[in-house]
Amino acid sequence: MTAIIKLLAQRLGKALLILTAVVICNFFLVHATPGDPAAVMAGESGAADPAYMAQLREQFGLDRPLPVQLGTYLAKVAQGDLGYSHRQQKPVLELLLERLPATLAVTLTAFVLALALGVLAGVVAALNAGRWADTAVTVIALFAYATPIFWIGLMAVLLFSVQLGWLPAFGFETVGAGYSGLERLLDIGRHMVLPVLTLALFYLAVYARLTRASMLEVRDMDFVKTARAKGLTETAIVRRHVLRNALLPVITLAGIQAGHLIGGSIVVETVFAWPGLGRLTFDAVLGRDYPVLLGVFLFSSAMVIVLNMLTDVIYRLVDPRIEVPA
Amino acid sequence: MNHETLLEVRDLTLALPGGGDRAHAVEALSFELAANEILCIVGESGSGKSMTAHALMGLLPRAVRPVGGEIRYRGRDVLTMSPAESRALRGGRIGMIFQEPMTALNPLVRVGRQIEEMLELHTELDRAARRTRVLELLEAVGLPNPPELARAYPFKLSGGQRQRVMIAIALAAEPDVLIADEPTTALDVTTQQQILELIGRLQTERGMGVIFITHDFGVVAEIADRVAVMRHGRIVEQGSADEVLNRPQHPYTRTLIAAVPHGLHHRDEPPPAGPPLLVAKDLRKTFRVGGGWLGGGREVRAADGISLEIRPGETVGLVGESGSGKSTLGRAIVGLMKPDAGQILFEGVDLLALKPNAFRPYRRHVQMVFQDPYASLNPRHTVGDIIAQGPVAFGEDRDKALARARELLGLVGLDASAAERFPHEFSGGQRQRISIARALALDPRLLIADEPVSALDVSVQAQVLALLETIRKRLELSMLFITHDLRIAARICDRVAVMQRGRIVELKTARELFENPEHPYTRTLLDAIPGRGWQVPDALVAAEAQRLAV
Amino acid sequence: MKSFWTTFSRNRGAVIGLAVLALVVLVALCADLLYPGSPWDMATAPFQPPLSEGFPLGSDLLGRDIAAGLAHGARVSLLIGLVSTAVALALGVSLGALAGYFGGAVDDAIMRVTEFFQTIPNFVLAVVLVAIFTPSIGSIVAAIAIVSWPPLARLARAEFLSLRSREFVQAAITSGQTHATIIFRQILPNSLSPIIVSGSLMVATAILLESSLSFLGLGDPNLMSWGFMIGAARTVIRQAWWMSFFPGVAILVTVLAINLIGEGLNDAMNPRLARARQ
Repeated sequence: MTAIIKLLAQRLGKALLILTAVVICNFFLVHATPGDPAAVMAGESGAADPAYMAQLREQFGLDRPLPVQLGTYLAKVAQGDLGYSHRQQKPVLELLLERLPATLAVTLTAFVLALALGVLAGVVAALNAGRWADTAVTVIALFAYATPIFWIGLMAVLLFSVQLGWLPAFGFETVGAGYSGLERLLDIGRHMVLPVLTLALFYLAVYARLTRASMLEVRDMDFVKTARAKGLTETAIVRRHVLRNALLPVITLAGIQAGHLIGGSIVVETVFAWPGLGRLTFDAVLGRDYPVLLGVFLFSSAMVIVLNMLTDVIYRLVDPRIEVPA
Repeated sequence: MNHETLLEVRDLTLALPGGGDRAHAVEALSFELAANEILCIVGESGSGKSMTAHALMGLLPRAVRPVGGEIRYRGRDVLTMSPAESRALRGGRIGMIFQEPMTALNPLVRVGRQIEEMLELHTELDRAARRTRVLELLEAVGLPNPPELARAYPFKLSGGQRQRVMIAIALAAEPDVLIADEPTTALDVTTQQQILELIGRLQTERGMGVIFITHDFGVVAEIADRVAVMRHGRIVEQGSADEVLNRPQHPYTRTLIAAVPHGLHHRDEPPPAGPPLLVAKDLRKTFRVGGGWLGGGREVRAADGISLEIRPGETVGLVGESGSGKSTLGRAIVGLMKPDAGQILFEGVDLLALKPNAFRPYRRHVQMVFQDPYASLNPRHTVGDIIAQGPVAFGEDRDKALARARELLGLVGLDASAAERFPHEFSGGQRQRISIARALALDPRLLIADEPVSALDVSVQAQVLALLETIRKRLELSMLFITHDLRIAARICDRVAVMQRGRIVELKTARELFENPEHPYTRTLLDAIPGRGWQVPDALVAAEAQRLAV
Repeated sequence: MKSFWTTFSRNRGAVIGLAVLALVVLVALCADLLYPGSPWDMATAPFQPPLSEGFPLGSDLLGRDIAAGLAHGARVSLLIGLVSTAVALALGVSLGALAGYFGGAVDDAIMRVTEFFQTIPNFVLAVVLVAIFTPSIGSIVAAIAIVSWPPLARLARAEFLSLRSREFVQAAITSGQTHATIIFRQILPNSLSPIIVSGSLMVATAILLESSLSFLGLGDPNLMSWGFMIGAARTVIRQAWWMSFFPGVAILVTVLAINLIGEGLNDAMNPRLARARQ
């Protein structure tokens, strides 16, 4: 247990470095654009107001040398000042925090679901390699892997909401229904089904393919031969020896792809009008609301780091070989 | 003593999948194994010896099918029994250990658990009894501190320790038969000796029948009661160890035995005199193993003050086990590795002090022959190109370099037409000849041979060694010969240095080293040479010398 | 080369993929002949369902021909997919090669940067980049390349690192060959197979990324693209399913075809793995 805490502490240090790098990245993005950085900070369409632009220039010291500006910018971010969305008339941080829970709910559920079902599908396919179950998983994965996520979402809406009427197509909850308590939770849950499934499907395919390949590879390893020589049944060999070893690359990939998953949630939230960071991003793109965009970038990077830590811990639980420096 | 027949193999034929160069992995194989005996199955790579072992265990690869004959364990046919019976037999009555101890254990499961799994499966013991038994087994295979070891994960153990754990697993259910598939090939000699002793002791104590697969006649001489020699999937000769080792009948067995590096078989020339060609002075190198960019990990001393001289026309052997740092010196001389401290003087010039550009001309003078014939030739270039690349890099005209490459191919005993072909069209021994030709292309003064024959079959080893010796003489080269095998060093070197943990512990002429070893480690190494009590029959030695001379 | 085609053609999926991709390429090349004029022009009444007279795939919100949009969109998808992959390959392979070949501090520095780019959410970065630098074919290609190179760099690094310690490379060093000769003649040709396979699969990923960007309204405003067509039609999906259905099928089919080809390449270039997989 202490090893895991040490691991997390070590990763936390790295996480701070990465977040700082993201902030620096943001700073240079603002300054790399053609034209006035103040205009970028104000958001193109929102800020025709010269007084506000002047205020921004003064606040960020835009007439001073670049390193000083960077210092000012970093200090502001460190204090939680991510700028102000002129368009939405709110501080960016407030906007982000408002939207975060909805995104977390969809992303985390989809992540866990994709990982669990993907591994299951991959295992089933590997155990039946060459038979119909394998073919089915392989073909479905191939298609899921090649389909744009937003289009799956739209088609799901078309089928499950428009045609069958089973599930709500848009939004976070039924507006004006006046639900409360458990009823409200259930309502939100029903709204979550399609976005979560849509987001999960692509990654499910990724994890299923990898699990299958990894299982087949591990199955040929020497220690599996040892297990056979022990006289174990196939089931016991798979359960005790193949599976855990085969999971390692899947967990690694899941960590690496956490960032992609969060990118996917932007698109999915747009499709389902889900009031999270993704939807906020879409609105910010439409309104050229740059401070919000940069804030989303920072926040989503933080989320990736959290997911990465989660997979690190899982990896550590599965593989005793990772030594944590004291 | 009980000599009941345990295993009986009759006319066993295993079919290989179509498309290969052979239709059968083994053909019409017949042999028996009794209790209380060790049967060695000997053969070179591709002889089908390992496939035979796997067939006995019911562990054949899917593509290989038994198409004829039978395997009986105490009268029951192994090939036709139900899967459940087969599983009970496997592990329960027949245990097996494998060649690669590093990969044979599940890396994610504690050692104790992996042994206990056998007891769960094949015995009625309860949990507590199983735990006790695991500790007893670890003790029995000679592992220190069993309670701690049982809780360890395999990555904490050395190769020898892992092989002991494998033996503990194989013996957990007290089987009658142990099948050992080259169990010491991947281990150092001293570890090999310990494992051989362990297997021998356990076999006697438990009255087991052991089938021991090996390619090394030294090992055979060490432990075998009976021997079967395999070639191309057939048994060409079998009999008692004494018969086969000392009075081999079949020509193939005779060639194999004659090729075993034996005793001190060396030219008796006066040791070369004159100023040394190369002097290494107090070389030091420390590697860090493991750990990240912030540090951590473990330090390994690959060179801890190595000093050595090589005179013109002399072959110096550098012998050591894995991790002794024996490759460090060679790699430092050719500039593949930079030592932390020390000097390497080539005709008085310190190579380590030279800037890359000033060092470059010296590359010509020192060339290297590598260990792995399959990794040392670029698969995408023709053999001629591979040999000519060095001279071309030094400004030689390409056509001239290619013409010279053809000459060199002749020198190493290959046809000049080999120049147009690709490496994959050649056997391991032929590739090693190509490697030698490549090294010679730059007209070096010093040849560094880093385990040049250890990846080759015994009969090929002898030929490549003979070639190196001929070439060294004809071109008046000096040679640094790096090997883990004292027998080979004895055969080809004038002087031999023994290395242990980055230090040279003893350095003297080959004859003196063998006749009068002083350092305890040298003695340990000499004692660990498998089959040291056995002399290759003189008649065979003479015949072999004649064959190689032709 | 001959054995390459035999192995490749043994993979039925790969052959089908190749045929489909050839068809898509053909349509893209002939878009101006098949559908002369701008795909942005109104061609008929809005909301024409599929199989209407002269408009087999129907028309969109503004009466534009969906079939014409698909044909012209194919160009954008393929072009962006190929160019951004080429850029990502150039960037990733050179960085990975340097890191793997020289090791030490060079490796450390390059890998830190790679790790950073691999950690940050790549699609979000692409969105931010395209939005800030205003959507155009250039900014889209650049953004996709910038977020796609890290896996290629890691792959190239791993290949170079392992080949660097192979004996034939060491032999090349000891025989006095220059770094350039060793990198380009000894190592690179031996590391190409996995890089080509990843590159081919990356074209598919790039097409998906481009479609997502243009779905969000970050496509090049002058070029008709499949993602844009779906994005524009998504609000009317209840009334007009075909407007988003057909472009989606186009993306799916193209990406699927490329993935199948990638797998075929993999089988043909790594025959050992392919056999193990069966």
